[in-house]
Amino acid sequence: MAYSDKVVDHFNNPRNMGSFKKDEEGVGTGMVGAPECGDVMKLQIKVQNDTIVDAKFKTFGCGSAIASSSLATEWLKGKTLEEAQKIKNTDIVQELNLPPVKIHCSVLAEDAIKAALADYQKKADPK
Amino acid sequence: MKLPIFLDNHSTTPVDPRVLDAMLPYFTEKFGNAASRNHAFGWAAEEAVETARKQIAKLIKADPKEIVFTSGATESDNLALKGVIEMYKEKGRHIVTSSTEHRAVLDTAKSLEAKGLADVTILPVDKYGMVKPDDVRSAITDKTVLISIMLANNEIGTINPVKEIGKIAKERGVLFHCDATQGVGKIPVDVQAMGIDLMSFSAHKVYGPKGIGALYVRKKNPRVRIAAQMDGGGHERGMRSGTLAVPLIVGFGKACEICEQEMPAEAARLAKMRDRLQADIMAALEESYLNGHPTDRLPGNLNISFAYVEGESLLMGMKDIALSSGSACTSATLEPSYVLRALGVGTELAHSSIRFGVGRFNSDEEIDYTIKKVIEIVTKLREMSPLYEMAKEGVDLKNVQWAAH
Repeated sequence: MAYSDKVVDHFNNPRNMGSFKKDEEGVGTGMVGAPECGDVMKLQIKVQNDTIVDAKFKTFGCGSAIASSSLATEWLKGKTLEEAQKIKNTDIVQELNLPPVKIHCSVLAEDAIKAALADYQKKADPK
Repeated sequence: MKLPIFLDNHSTTPVDPRVLDAMLPYFTEKFGNAASRNHAFGWAAEEAVETARKQIAKLIKADPKEIVFTSGATESDNLALKGVIEMYKEKGRHIVTSSTEHRAVLDTAKSLEAKGLADVTILPVDKYGMVKPDDVRSAITDKTVLISIMLANNEIGTINPVKEIGKIAKERGVLFHCDATQGVGKIPVDVQAMGIDLMSFSAHKVYGPKGIGALYVRKKNPRVRIAAQMDGGGHERGMRSGTLAVPLIVGFGKACEICEQEMPAEAARLAKMRDRLQADIMAALEESYLNGHPTDRLPGNLNISFAYVEGESLLMGMKDIALSSGSACTSATLEPSYVLRALGVGTELAHSSIRFGVGRFNSDEEIDYTIKKVIEIVTKLREMSPLYEMAKEGVDLKNVQWAAH
């Protein structure tokens, strides 16, 4: 299977790879997937005044999973929390030109975004 | 050194130039049909086929008459299993095979079972991927007609105790089929000493052309009979109809002749390269695990799992080296390697496995390059892996509640 140029580019030059400290103020962490399934994504956002000022990822998975999470961090930066909620896996599929067998990678990235946002909300507003 | 490097010699091998030279005349000047008995074109073709039959038989210590040409090992496996079950249906319908067989054997057995023609026992393997002869012995019933156990595994290279299994088969009067596709030409094979009654193998794994294989069918002690699975002109002593692919057969013969002559030196050379690949990679990378048997293994085979990184991404990071992975992402089924799972390798480590297949045309320089690249990419991907980060922080990954998807 051939990879799209964009997947290859994200794989070779991952954007925003790394970690924030989980307990740092304004940081939301989402970890989705499972090692047995062959992919685990950790996506983190740093929020100031309802805007995502920085994002980082670490991913265990195939090239498309790595590219999906790398792209997600790129898109998250500068978005408000509300805008971030609207990122859809189909947007990722389209941007990276993912084949059907790799759609689950984009779903995982969307789940990771949602999980990171939820974690931030929970920390910011513990009830 | 030329890139990309081909280090996937279990999947196929390039045709040896000496093999190609032998084949070429049989496409053009000597194009006859080996079954044409009454003109020079036919005689030349027939003579070439018989020479090849001898070369092939010599490599496996068989009689030339015991070689039945097929389109490849998959067809040979099908012909052996289906042909025996059909022929010996009065005697019984039980097949004993193992969990790490190639799918050409496993799926054929399952298909016979699904059609109500056979009962199949699939034996487990030990942690090295080896079948235990005692398991074979205790699986045999009075309805068993066939044991089908491979010589060497295509993923992990583990070599089965075929001689012991052959002995058990003889004692119990059960036929023994051996899928030797990965072993023939790489390690010594002797159908007499190993007690093999039927054996599948193919040319393209031994530097011959694709599209030609053989089924060895024992002629005496016992005389094995199989029901043909294709009707037609009754070629190959009635066992496999179809005009013989003379140029491919000539190539197959030449390829076997070269293997026979060069095997001791070649096996030693490949094992040396493989051992260096293994030692240097595993010394540099913690938590890399060898899959398969540490010693009873094909000379060119190396299968390693690199914890915390996924196989397909490893392959993607080494685009200029042709390798294979047991990761689900490289298979059509999205399931990781059933062979590694049968060894008891955890799913996550099965996803992290890479198979290296060193072959005749690999050089030391290519091995050096591969060692360097593997260390580089595993290190890079581990930096990127949340699992590696957690493990370094002392988290036991087994106790994590994963959000499955």
